[in-house]
Amino acid sequence: MKELLLGNAAVARGAWEAGIKVASSYPGTPSTEITLNLAKYDEIYTEWAPNEKVAMEVAWGASVAGRRSFSGMKHVGLNVAADTLFTISYTGVNAGMVCAVADEPGMHSSQNEQDSRHYARAAKVPMLEPADSAECLEYTKFAYEMSEEFDTPVFIRLSTRISHSQSIVKTSERVEPPIREYVRNIPKYVMMPGFARARHPIVEERTNKLIAMAEDTFLNRIEMGEKNASGEFELGIITSGTCYQYVKEVFGDKASVLKIGMCYPLPEKMITEFASLVKRLVVVEELDPFIENHCKVLGLKVTGKELFSICGELSPNIIAEKLGVPFNKGIALDDVIPMRPPVMCAGCSHRGLFHVLGKIGAMVHGDIGCYTLGATPPLSAMDTTICMGGSISGLHGYVRAGGKNAVCVIGDSTFAHMGINGLIDVAYNQSDSTIIIADNSTTGMTGHQENPTTGVNIKGEPVGKMDLEAVCKAVGIKRVIVVDPNDLPECERVIREEMQTPGASVIIARRPCMLLKTSKPNPPLLVIEDKCTGCKMCMKIGCPTLSFKDKKARVNQTLCVGCKVCTQLCKFNAFEIL
Amino acid sequence: METKNIVIVGVGGQGSLLACNLMGRALLIEGYDAKVSEVHGMSQRGGSVVTYVRYGEKVNSPIVDKGQAELLVSFELLEAARWLDLLAPGGTVVTNTQQINPMPVIIGAAEYPSNLVEKMEETGAIVYAIDALSLAEKAGSTKAVNIVMMGKLSKYFPFSNETWQKALEDVVPPKLLEINKKAFELGASA
Repeated sequence: MKELLLGNAAVARGAWEAGIKVASSYPGTPSTEITLNLAKYDEIYTEWAPNEKVAMEVAWGASVAGRRSFSGMKHVGLNVAADTLFTISYTGVNAGMVCAVADEPGMHSSQNEQDSRHYARAAKVPMLEPADSAECLEYTKFAYEMSEEFDTPVFIRLSTRISHSQSIVKTSERVEPPIREYVRNIPKYVMMPGFARARHPIVEERTNKLIAMAEDTFLNRIEMGEKNASGEFELGIITSGTCYQYVKEVFGDKASVLKIGMCYPLPEKMITEFASLVKRLVVVEELDPFIENHCKVLGLKVTGKELFSICGELSPNIIAEKLGVPFNKGIALDDVIPMRPPVMCAGCSHRGLFHVLGKIGAMVHGDIGCYTLGATPPLSAMDTTICMGGSISGLHGYVRAGGKNAVCVIGDSTFAHMGINGLIDVAYNQSDSTIIIADNSTTGMTGHQENPTTGVNIKGEPVGKMDLEAVCKAVGIKRVIVVDPNDLPECERVIREEMQTPGASVIIARRPCMLLKTSKPNPPLLVIEDKCTGCKMCMKIGCPTLSFKDKKARVNQTLCVGCKVCTQLCKFNAFEIL
Repeated sequence: METKNIVIVGVGGQGSLLACNLMGRALLIEGYDAKVSEVHGMSQRGGSVVTYVRYGEKVNSPIVDKGQAELLVSFELLEAARWLDLLAPGGTVVTNTQQINPMPVIIGAAEYPSNLVEKMEETGAIVYAIDALSLAEKAGSTKAVNIVMMGKLSKYFPFSNETWQKALEDVVPPKLLEINKKAFELGASA
């Protein structure tokens, strides 16, 4: 059947068709929809794990049990799972195991622009790179065959433009591969030095076999273009993924192309032969010069990053410009168009909290989630953000080094992901840290996924709920206080008190995300014009429902959910319920 | 046929994903090769959102680059102006006249530019501006701006009304179908 599927949905479909039984992931843009789609299939046990390391281990355990398995994550999630990755490369698998990792050139929703291909090479795990949804499905299915044939986990590398574009796929039926019964094999699965030493040469031998496979697999293919007047192939381009599509868009069948579908390990003979057929060899790839450097190691004369930036995304126009093909530039207006950065939603439970932190003038270690928007104007109340869970440990170090007046803010899902480890350090090593858990009862930024603190699993079923207060106390935090972040005076009082109190404390700022189906909006507010003095106090919280016109504040009633954070800032009682 | 390029832009929360799914569904029913690209995550939190729709016999790139779009559809006026350079020479802009202030304007750090429709026309673009918010309200929900705009957009495609109706039924949740069908119709006749 022909369907229009998102790249991520096509990966899920491919995994389902390959007969997988277990999937475990942590949400992360742009990878999230793979697992959301897997959860729709009844034949697959699908879960959100608290983090990517756990997820990858769950998938590996299922593979050892003889069932095909899957784990999906964004590029930075692979950092978390890296410890697992490097050693399951040694153990290999029993049933097929595939891990999808979605890179984000351009950082639409990420904190860095790392290139996951380096992980494939460093961990010696093969990596396939589809260029559209049809290949997402086809490659994922094939990856399970490869995984079992070569006894290795296999990566599917995606990028935003592949994950988040819909294109046409041909679907087929699910196969039910036979269960590969687990047989005890201590030297294969117990990676202590004596056994691991014996596994390493097996990994090296496997890589050599994979290189041999790379030379004639359907995944890599040469598409020779048109010859020039003197009968030569002028331009040869090596490319992969979405860049392949851009190259075809610009050149059609004019240039010769070597399309790489397996970006690790790369073929050697095939690339050398392709290079010998063309006058000029160019590599078009986003992020690092991965294929280009491979060509250089092979001793080939090649152009790549001299033309195409390591930073950001490429596009058809960039490729056309750099390779001398004419293109339309488009006409922009002369006017300065104000930026439209993402903002906290109307009624967001983080708004009041960050207003209070700004008022206190605290140094704030931030974390990854919607609340990172607390760093943006007009709130501008966050000082650092690095990675999932980094706020608590960062604060602990800051405080231990003598840093003053500091707190950290971390969300509920991020706390369960990696924050809890930092909290254990704070409790164990006894710093005067004030930790704020912004508990909005969901994984907000990636689109409201369930997590261990929500009491609901990915299938929507009620499950055990991680009790944040009890967990904090259990690791050794004595002062655990719950506040409503929309109650500004109380929130301010508690934060000030805990910052002044010696020893560690956790403040749980609890209010469910306004976008949850269970959150009911209050009636909207309006501004009584006679009372509004135009002091603009209410404009300091960056509420998208508020605007200022003719020296008066105004409320957009279609957006306002009546959270009343603004009313607490107004000294003239100008806000009333509509 | 040559590949057609359409860009749908708006503000996060205005329903560009649903519009994009509707478009994709219609293209599939009509039997085209198609690619529809969305942006998720951070950009949806009230940020500027751009969706690319490409269709024809064989589509390669999932994105529409500057100077390539025959049609730019915008759910909000400033967004039409922001993404205007995606338009090919002589291309058409179909925009909602609704203005949603971005945060720099709300906090007084920037001004919402004036006379944007006229300025876009001065670049040689053909501009159709409709008050989609009022039409959505008339249809029964201010949230149906996206479908009003898709109704307007439908006039630029040689697809039958049945295709659009079927696509609507496929992508819109049943309880919202009636409002959205009305919104589509109001957009189509605007």
